Amino acid sequence: MRSTSMTSKPSTPPTPAFPHRHLLGIEGLSPLEIQALLDKAEEEVQVSRQVEKKKNVLRGRTQINLFFEASTRTQSSFEIAGKRLGADVMNMSVASSSVKKGETLIDTAATLNAMRPDILVVRHHAAGAVHLLARKVSCSVINAGDGAHEHPTQALLDALTIRRHKGRIEGLTVAICGDIVHSRVARSNLLLLGALGARVRLVGPSTLMPAGVDRLGVETFTDMRKGIAGADIVMMLRLQRERMTGSFVPSVREYFHYWGLDQEKLSHAAPDALVMHPGPMNRGVEIDPEVADGPQSLISEQVEMGVAVRMAVLEALAEHLPNF
Amino acid sequence: MTSPVSTARSGERRADLRPTVFAGARIVDPSRDLDAVGSVIVAEGRILAAGPDVLNQGSPEGWEVVDARGKVIVPGLVDMRVFLGEPGHEHRETFVSASAAAAAGGVTTIVTMPDTDPVIDDPALVDFVLRRAREQSAVRIHPMAALTKGLAGQETTEFGLLSEAGAVAFGDGRRSVASGLVMRRALTYARDFEALIVHHVEEPTLASAGVATEGEFASRLGLPGIPREAETIMLERDMRLVALTRGRYHAQQVSTSDSVEVLRRAKERGLDVTAAVSINHLSLNELDIGTYRSFLKFSPPLRAEADRQAVIDGLADGTIDIVVSSHDPQDVEMKRHPFAEAAEGAIGLETLLPAALRLVHDGRLSWSRLVEVLSLAPARRLGLDAGRLVPGARADLAVIDPDVPWVLDRHELNSRSKNSPFEDARFVGRVVRTLVDGRTIHSRPA
Repeated sequence: MRSTSMTSKPSTPPTPAFPHRHLLGIEGLSPLEIQALLDKAEEEVQVSRQVEKKKNVLRGRTQINLFFEASTRTQSSFEIAGKRLGADVMNMSVASSSVKKGETLIDTAATLNAMRPDILVVRHHAAGAVHLLARKVSCSVINAGDGAHEHPTQALLDALTIRRHKGRIEGLTVAICGDIVHSRVARSNLLLLGALGARVRLVGPSTLMPAGVDRLGVETFTDMRKGIAGADIVMMLRLQRERMTGSFVPSVREYFHYWGLDQEKLSHAAPDALVMHPGPMNRGVEIDPEVADGPQSLISEQVEMGVAVRMAVLEALAEHLPNF
Repeated sequence: MTSPVSTARSGERRADLRPTVFAGARIVDPSRDLDAVGSVIVAEGRILAAGPDVLNQGSPEGWEVVDARGKVIVPGLVDMRVFLGEPGHEHRETFVSASAAAAAGGVTTIVTMPDTDPVIDDPALVDFVLRRAREQSAVRIHPMAALTKGLAGQETTEFGLLSEAGAVAFGDGRRSVASGLVMRRALTYARDFEALIVHHVEEPTLASAGVATEGEFASRLGLPGIPREAETIMLERDMRLVALTRGRYHAQQVSTSDSVEVLRRAKERGLDVTAAVSINHLSLNELDIGTYRSFLKFSPPLRAEADRQAVIDGLADGTIDIVVSSHDPQDVEMKRHPFAEAAEGAIGLETLLPAALRLVHDGRLSWSRLVEVLSLAPARRLGLDAGRLVPGARADLAVIDPDVPWVLDRHELNSRSKNSPFEDARFVGRVVRTLVDGRTIHSRPA
């Protein structure tokens, strides 16, 4: 009886764990979807640690990494991730200074779309550019960083790194420190960590704190020692060179003195606090080399998790790719 | 003649071990609403007691008793806008000469402006000023540091490290910060260190060509004018930025009735703002320029009488908080030019109190308000331990003979530069004795 009633139902494919065609940001992802991606990434870590680091889920697929802004680590991480899944990966760097933005972005999208890629990985210096592009192409799009808006795979790899060390995200206190206002990493992280139940603090000078951010469910601090007091995770952000002298921050020495992470400041965090940085680091500006290379640092592990997370995202999106 | 006791405050500060009693003086200490005849006892550099009932039993054996009947004793004045020539222009003024001038004027604490050569925009230079001050000045000196590097109005200075070095506030001295963006960031960043931003409120493009307040008087003299709105616009902009950033702000010199109104509204909104007026704008109006007297060239320029009256009223009712000397030594060579080409500014440390006393004699200010605006209010705004005659406070005080008439002779001035706008002016009342840490650093023979 039961088996007949089951077979009599119209056959529906199982709901995919990740029901989106693109990954444009952490915003819009449910906690379950995030957990599913992290679980998937956990498997991918094992793949990358084998001698045979190859799967074939993307065999025959074309992945284009379209970078309007220079990047070494994110681009190579996506490239390796695609290749380990069997995709044909092409890197395309577009010098942003030579393009007339808006118009060329859409032209570029149309041109690339005509080449029938399956997945586009896009980084752009303008917030919202990746969303615009996603509306103009028929393939899947992954946001590899758009302006100061979002960098979802960075937040996912940070969460994976934290989860592997702490066993959980929920209930942890995470202090994100430094240049918040210009950071897409901070935005994606506070959304993701908040969604998974972490307590997020933002720490930095008022000039580098976005307006109204206290209404996003985070606590803000201008005093570094108070901001990281008791924190389980201290996540440092890069200070762009052009912001080191001027009216955001007067000098490198003052910035390091008050907001650079050194052993003394770190001692205010929880005794088993872990230190993260999305890279590339400015040693001696936002972080003391002693801390960056110290026993509490997870910085090189973040890079490894980056590949795993990007493999997981590519594989999740591949489930939605048309099969004709 | 003055006889300043030019003893530097360096080394161990050996106060007289013997307590000194100033008996029978009128004591004015607005920090506790005190204005009464009584005695002040100074011992070991501090106020032991001050008030009407402190000597009921007579003074003990061995105490030095000074007959201060008919005198007024006030906390030493705190002057938060003083230009020095050191470093860079020592021929105008040095720490030694400025200290002597301050002592003669009853000023025991001065805040030096950063417009020196080099500009005070680095912690090492704050150290330099403090070290020189310790060695050479009998009065307390607190440096104000530049708000922007080189006073260029572009990049903010290290408010944190400079505060730790001893800078008490941040301002670009005679210059305005034209960029609203830079001022906004400065106010925002300063908040993280609870630093005070001080600003010269004058819209620089409106003020650029002028040398006198635009109006009938300037037109008669054929002098290029500056509209009063140059001040109002900048002050109004700053009030909006203070509201946006919730920063701490002080307007260095306001001089018009419109500015008083802008400040009144800002204070009603609860903004953390204060303002000062210079003794020049309280005492003089544009007509005093007369036949192109270049010693009366100021920035902002002297205003019409109606504006002067409005700022006096604003000072009396608390809208304006502080009076400064705007002491700005210029050598005579820089002043003996046609009015439009002469340097701006005038000395004022020695005439600050006598000129302000005119407002008391005219019934415009009470003694208590006078002492508040010259001592207590600036000390509080800067977070300095000064401006009070309470037991335990440092014995920085001035003894004033309030009724003595005198005429200012520029040759008697201690300042190295003699560009006083009050040359040959008649005053009633002057400082006869000044103490810092209980030691007499100036006294005038009766």
